[in-house]
Amino acid sequence: MSSEAVPYEGLGRPIRGPRALTNDWSRFWHLTYNIARNEFKLRFFGSILGYVWQLVRPLLLFGVLYVFFTKVAHVNGSKTPGQEHYGAQLLGSIVLFTFFAEATAGAVRSVVDRENLVRKIQFPRMVIPLSVVLFCLFNLSLNLIVVLGFALLEGVRPMLSWVELPLIVTLLVVFATGIAMLLSALFVSLRDIQPIWEVVNQILFYCSPVIISVGTVREKVSTTLLHLYMLNPLAVVFQQFRHAMISHGALSAGQALGSWGALLGPIAIVLCTFALGFWVFNRSAPLVAENL
Amino acid sequence: MPKPARRGLPPIVVQSVSKTFHVPEERSHTLKERALHPRRRTRHQRFKALNDVSFEVRPGEFFGIAGRNGSGKSTMLKCLAGIYGVDSGRIWMHGRLSPFIELGVGFNMDLAARDNVVLNGIMMGLSPREAKARYDEVIDFAELREFEELKLKNYSSGMTVRLAFSVAIQVDADILLVDEVLAVGDAAFAQKCFDVFNRMRDEGRTIVFVTHDMGTLNRFCHRALLLERGSVVHLGEPHEVADRYLEINFGRNPEESGAADERGGDGDARVIEAWIEDEQGERQTSVGQGQRVTLRALVSFLVDVEDPVASVYVLNEDHVAIIVSTTLRENERSGRFASGEEVLFSFSFENVLAPGRYNPLFTLAHRGTGLDLMDRLEGALSFVVTGPEAMGGLIDVPVDVSVARGKAAISQRVGA
Repeated sequence: MSSEAVPYEGLGRPIRGPRALTNDWSRFWHLTYNIARNEFKLRFFGSILGYVWQLVRPLLLFGVLYVFFTKVAHVNGSKTPGQEHYGAQLLGSIVLFTFFAEATAGAVRSVVDRENLVRKIQFPRMVIPLSVVLFCLFNLSLNLIVVLGFALLEGVRPMLSWVELPLIVTLLVVFATGIAMLLSALFVSLRDIQPIWEVVNQILFYCSPVIISVGTVREKVSTTLLHLYMLNPLAVVFQQFRHAMISHGALSAGQALGSWGALLGPIAIVLCTFALGFWVFNRSAPLVAENL
Repeated sequence: MPKPARRGLPPIVVQSVSKTFHVPEERSHTLKERALHPRRRTRHQRFKALNDVSFEVRPGEFFGIAGRNGSGKSTMLKCLAGIYGVDSGRIWMHGRLSPFIELGVGFNMDLAARDNVVLNGIMMGLSPREAKARYDEVIDFAELREFEELKLKNYSSGMTVRLAFSVAIQVDADILLVDEVLAVGDAAFAQKCFDVFNRMRDEGRTIVFVTHDMGTLNRFCHRALLLERGSVVHLGEPHEVADRYLEINFGRNPEESGAADERGGDGDARVIEAWIEDEQGERQTSVGQGQRVTLRALVSFLVDVEDPVASVYVLNEDHVAIIVSTTLRENERSGRFASGEEVLFSFSFENVLAPGRYNPLFTLAHRGTGLDLMDRLEGALSFVVTGPEAMGGLIDVPVDVSVARGKAAISQRVGA
């Protein structure tokens, strides 16, 4: 029998071994959703104050930074244009950054930590990093409610531009997902990705308009440097959040970049990151069970 | 055992599948190591886990894959399950496959039974609604109703296994891949599992079952495959496979593996050669149960000897003599043998020995009790008994079993 011959009529195609994705999309989605949900349930209902602890970290960071920068260093006075409701701006950025940091750092070990699953069940491997991102997205949703509540307390009026929120979050989620896929695949063979990524996360924290707003940056640096700064997708996300959600006094991402067309740069970076992450993960998925 | 009745396409076709693992000898796991030693190539050890394996599983068949540890049987199962890709060759699966090869995979110990059952159900391809609908059935089968609120970490291992098995059998798969699950749980639950497997078999589902327990293989499987070092050794009836398995397991190189022969005695006679024959008179190193076996020893006398006593002790692996026989039984006065004479002693018996390895001990003694030895041959030959099932006894003799129910029947038996 030649190796190309199908031994029986109607047998269909031979099986292909483990893959990142699947044809059975409903199973893919249900799996991702339920793993994330269970994870969420564990944190949420594990202790009575489960969710409170989840929120404590960003809130604490917010408290420290807020007190330091407004009361001690006077870096951002509320009188400066673009710095209205600085507290809400800061909290919003911190919450968004926390999502990004947790989703990416949490994804790093995810495939390795679920070794038991990977080595013993056939399922689309992509479920694992995606469920980490989804779990963090659940958190983000709750945290954003807190942020909006805080903003309303600070005197922010509901604005029509709030409808931009889904777009802003989507951009952030796509970026985080790309990195999550990339890191979780690389970590299988390169174990020092984890400490490296922790450092990178710290750098990103200070290189993005979390504490300071883009307006402040613009006063200090040349236009070219500002445009480079704004290539960071996180900068676009955080700044647009400040503009659309808290105060129109804050620069919009388009203003910071000079034109809305220039926004294509950071968006292209997000899409390329996603494509790269997907490609790397997809390539490593068939072998991951053996390489663990 | 009823043969599978369904006809149609074979649910599993495996065509010359090979699989090699590359095991790095020294794993460089970090960027740092790679940066420091960019030119050092990690040397890989190639380990061929499967070598040109082909077989087909028929519709509705209970198919066993047997082999020793490291024979490739679990790798084969993982290839079938789609967990490992194959290097060459192809596998066709026709029908819905249950993705589980082991029980309790994916259980989260911090969650209660319901969440775990639903998640496991989804992994097996159920929709969340279906999974939830079957929860009651699962929990009742596992007999865990009173513990359903408990987190899994507070379950005993037996309870966890019961839950896992109950989930696994809820799946509507046409093909099930099972890795050694029958050895779990207490006896009562194990019986329940057997019942379920029987039912599935009768329903015409295809089950592929990996095991090294030949008893289970015989009891359940229609056919079986024996793997050794990644290659197919035998494909056929379970009892054939079980025989071959025991041969491989106990009888690899029976001639070589025996200990150096120890001899004793005064040397007035020497055993030149000893061997084992089957019914056809062929020399064998393994003998099937129920056959007639003959132990023969060719002896040369170096001096004139009167009424020598030849004895044989068949020792099992624990050095317990299972069968002992001697020429004293036949005739105390065996006669007079001249110096230089060669004599063949034969001991023939029906092989009722339990499967395993045996070492016959052969002695030749002067007249009398049989203790004044001329020569003693131990460890020079050994043989393997192959049989379908190790019941646990030292010997297996035919046993008539009957069950009488009702007073009348009992008194009839007892009266008779």
